[in-house]
Amino acid sequence: TEAEATRPDWTAQIEKIRATQDATAFQELFVHFAPRIKAFLMKSGTTESMAEECAQDVMATVWNKAQQFDPARAGVATWIFTIARNRRIDMIRKQRRAEPEDLPWGPEPEPDQVDVIAVQQDTLRLQQALAILPENQRVLIERAYFNDLSHSEIAETTGLPLGTIKSRIRLALERLRHAMN
Amino acid sequence: MIEHHLSDSLLIGYAAGTLPEAFNLVVATHVSLCDDCRARLGAFEALGGAMLEEATDTAAAPAAMSQGAFEATMRRITNMPPEPARAPRPRSTGLFPAPLVDYVGGDLDAVKWRSVGGGVRQSILPTSKEASVRLLYIPAGAAVPDHGHRGLELTLVLQGAFRDDFDRFGPGDVEIATEETNHTPIAEPGPDCICLAATDAPLRFKGLLPKLAQPFFRI
Ligand SMILES: [Zn+2]
Ligand SMILES: [Zn+2]
Repeated sequence: TEAEATRPDWTAQIEKIRATQDATAFQELFVHFAPRIKAFLMKSGTTESMAEECAQDVMATVWNKAQQFDPARAGVATWIFTIARNRRIDMIRKQRRAEPEDLPWGPEPEPDQVDVIAVQQDTLRLQQALAILPENQRVLIERAYFNDLSHSEIAETTGLPLGTIKSRIRLALERLRHAMN
Repeated sequence: MIEHHLSDSLLIGYAAGTLPEAFNLVVATHVSLCDDCRARLGAFEALGGAMLEEATDTAAAPAAMSQGAFEATMRRITNMPPEPARAPRPRSTGLFPAPLVDYVGGDLDAVKWRSVGGGVRQSILPTSKEASVRLLYIPAGAAVPDHGHRGLELTLVLQGAFRDDFDRFGPGDVEIATEETNHTPIAEPGPDCICLAATDAPLRFKGLLPKLAQPFFRI
């Protein structure tokens, strides 16, 4: 569709921040992502002023961590989502953050272009799947992200309508196995 | 071979940062042991990114930032210390995966156990109060009394195995119990069972005998 064709390539904005500390490229990211981060936090029960504060902090961290962004591992939106997740735990919940140990391979000096393209295609496929999801199914998935499920819904492994992202999980598994060999 | 994994919604809760600290520790510890759940977590982080990107409908419409938010953020950047390079977290060589080592302050030999009767020992790890997490040492053949749950209970096996009314749980397996679950976990013969167990409400014991002072007995 038109919207997909004109979607900015956020990776280019990150590259510009890395290379030349480009504030214009950063502003484009800010205009798009800051209001979305704020909405996401408010939807999960954060007050407006705290969500605003946290969204600003997340965007400042995006600038600060631009050097660490690895397009072979995750898309820009996913990377920003995980920064927001970490800041939510640090700033809003004021908790320690238990993180899994790293896999035995480190980050490559140069990202593999095959992986970069695979991540971009994956991201697009996931967005398309999400866009055509029936409203009632989409609401259930959103409730899981916004911490709005009952205990039995949390325990249930197959309760969420995740058929659309099963291919994404399969691809992630394949990449993981490939990387470990 | 891990047979009992984290549920989709637990992985989503971890991906979104909405779980209590005690549950986060169980999730991070299991993911350290389980490549399947690591891959699923990666997918749910990507789905979170896609939801953030596609937030246009009424459910998650973007929320306008305050006047001057961009300028305030640029000032924030000027005042921020440079981001330190992220130190790699190598795979642990002992019994405990790295996130658990962080909380215990070492491996099995660093645990400060307290006896709770019947040979069972526990060590409560410090977390936020919404939920609690403890290491349990259950000698082979010992049982945790028949109990129900007021909330959610996650039990991750680190060594040995236990069996309850529903299934068998070996190293790396997670049992997820809720208000609807009543069970009597029994440690199998063989190596003593060591588990990491998190719950967001006190357990509900059925019998008259096992009260808080003596929550475990030997059968
Ligand atoms: Zn697993
Ligand atoms: Zn239980």
